[in-house]
Amino acid sequence: MEGIYLDNNATTRVDEAVVEAMLPYFTEQFGNPSSMHSFGNKVGLAIKKARMQVQELLGAEHESEIIFTSCGTESDSTAILSALKVNPERKEIITTSIEHPAVLALCSHLEKEGYKTHFLKVDERGRIDLDEYAKLLSDKVAIVSVMWANNETGTLFPVEQMAEMAHAAGVLFHTDAVQAVGKVPIDLKNLKIDMLSLSGHKLHAPKGIGVLYLKRGVRFRPLLRGGHQERGRRAGTENTASIVALGKACEQAMQAMEFENTEVKRLRDKLEAGILARVPRAFVTGNPENRLPNTSNIAFEFIEGEAILLLLNKFGIAASSGSACTSGSLEPSHVMRAMGIPYTAAHGTIRFSLSRYSTEEEIDRVIQVIPEIIAQLRKLSPYWGENGPAEEPEKAFAPVYA
Amino acid sequence: MWDYSDKVKEHFFAPHNAGVLENANATGDVGSINCGDALRLMLKVDPETETIQDARFQTFGCGSAIASSSALTEIIKGMTLDDALKVSNQDIADYLDGLPPEKMHCSVMGREALQAAIANYRGEEWKDDHEEGALICKCFAIDAVLIEETARANKLSSVEDVINYTKAGGGCSSCHEGIEEILVKVLAERGETFNPHVVTMKKEEPSGGKLTNLQRIKRIETVLDAVRPQLQRDRGDIELVDVDGKTVYVNMTGACAGCQLEAVTLQGIQQKLMEDLGEFIKVVPTRTGSYARATSHV
Repeated sequence: MEGIYLDNNATTRVDEAVVEAMLPYFTEQFGNPSSMHSFGNKVGLAIKKARMQVQELLGAEHESEIIFTSCGTESDSTAILSALKVNPERKEIITTSIEHPAVLALCSHLEKEGYKTHFLKVDERGRIDLDEYAKLLSDKVAIVSVMWANNETGTLFPVEQMAEMAHAAGVLFHTDAVQAVGKVPIDLKNLKIDMLSLSGHKLHAPKGIGVLYLKRGVRFRPLLRGGHQERGRRAGTENTASIVALGKACEQAMQAMEFENTEVKRLRDKLEAGILARVPRAFVTGNPENRLPNTSNIAFEFIEGEAILLLLNKFGIAASSGSACTSGSLEPSHVMRAMGIPYTAAHGTIRFSLSRYSTEEEIDRVIQVIPEIIAQLRKLSPYWGENGPAEEPEKAFAPVYA
Repeated sequence: MWDYSDKVKEHFFAPHNAGVLENANATGDVGSINCGDALRLMLKVDPETETIQDARFQTFGCGSAIASSSALTEIIKGMTLDDALKVSNQDIADYLDGLPPEKMHCSVMGREALQAAIANYRGEEWKDDHEEGALICKCFAIDAVLIEETARANKLSSVEDVINYTKAGGGCSSCHEGIEEILVKVLAERGETFNPHVVTMKKEEPSGGKLTNLQRIKRIETVLDAVRPQLQRDRGDIELVDVDGKTVYVNMTGACAGCQLEAVTLQGIQQKLMEDLGEFIKVVPTRTGSYARATSHV
């Protein structure tokens, strides 16, 4: 049996129609779109088409608001650094404590250069306190950067409202929407979002292609200067084949939007309910009432995530974990820590992320396999007794150092 | 995905000696729920001979933590307590055909559980003297706490100093930004600022003044000859390829080529060379060895 891939928030498989669309741009359509001859001309038209396909999915008002980049991280860096350059007198940034490292690490680094970053706290379900946010908005803030959906829990953030609030306070608003694009409807022309990042490989396009949406009229300074590509806003010869692929993938995502929010969601809910019904001491993290339709993050208490993943892998099942051991760091996921998930559970969190390729049989198989894996590892755990957690686990096992 | 050896996988998927040991007379609990691994080692010790008759474990942790626990119990069964105390974390890692640098702390935890269990049997109190920080140098598995403490204790002020004292940063050099950040912090405590251009290394002149190139190469060969018997015992060998300034190029052959512990071995040799020559030396394996290692997994 082929592997069961439930790690689509990490990356997705490129749709075959997408591969087919991009292939000619390696060989017969290899021209440089900037060239004046016919080799380049057709490629230029293909990029224009792709730009319009992206525009459509994002609900952007103008196609020129779409800037192709190399990845989500580049888009994030470009947006934040541009906002700092156009507002040299503003030395503050507002973001959240549960952002992706693409934003978090950049902001932490900027702190060393004299910027002050406000990391908005989240509650136990990963929700932001809008009052805290409102108080921080001031004319000292250069930019707000808040993710549309969290990659680990799928929790959605009220970015539409937060953008309104930033706009009213005269502050630029950026959102890292790499997990949301293609899974939730987006209509940028009616929103106050100034900049938005997306990444191709999260929606069945190849790796190495991303987009920065830049609302018309928003002041901007490029990260990469050089040629006039992307109207001088992102120099460097276009990744033509991948741009064409991303366009095609956006067109497909538009068509699959309803399916994602009905069928994929149904399978996700079935998976989650099936696991929770069969495994004691397991719970969903994040906000189940308001999240991406494809993501379920489940904490299994008293065992460690990497061990779960290795056993899942033996059954051909791919997922991911917020445990420290999967990253080689000592702390479990910053998202779990920010939500106050206790260490006994944070290390055992597993993220299942589905796609429109996930099938009923696959979900049934995972529901069947998970309970035995969890039981097997709990049998090894000093925090687990015969049939449940050791009574007062913290006391039953009190190591010499903690 | 971690590059786990087959031995690690074997001991993770089917751990030996897992579960509670009834009538154990020695128990060692170590670990930290915060960093995601905790281990209880239970021993049955014969009071007459002080021999470990049986050993079992319970572990909360990742694949390599479980495999290290399993390996530990296999290693120590039948040993006397005095012999068991000589088991090092490297022995545990070796038993598993090596661990990734990020996972070496799992073997450290095994050794500590053993020490704690023996202390428990002997009615002594075992104290942990070990604090872990974020991994900085991936080549030599050296964490931030060690670098910071060493830099503070020895008043280090340059990346080169840190390499000399801890080895951190002496390999691929990707972590130099991280080391500089630690130095900035430690120097600030002393009221100094980090200057990347200053070289504060104390260059101890070898006795008899400056060596000629030929003398230097001869001394390097003497040091390599001294470690050779050890390598040959493990069916490996080392040969000197070239000396270019501070860089000594060597070729690891036989079992040493592609060995997961190559980095650790080279680190030891580098230390011996630095001590002998009284100067900073970087030992670099030529591509042959590294290439063999990279392709052996494909």
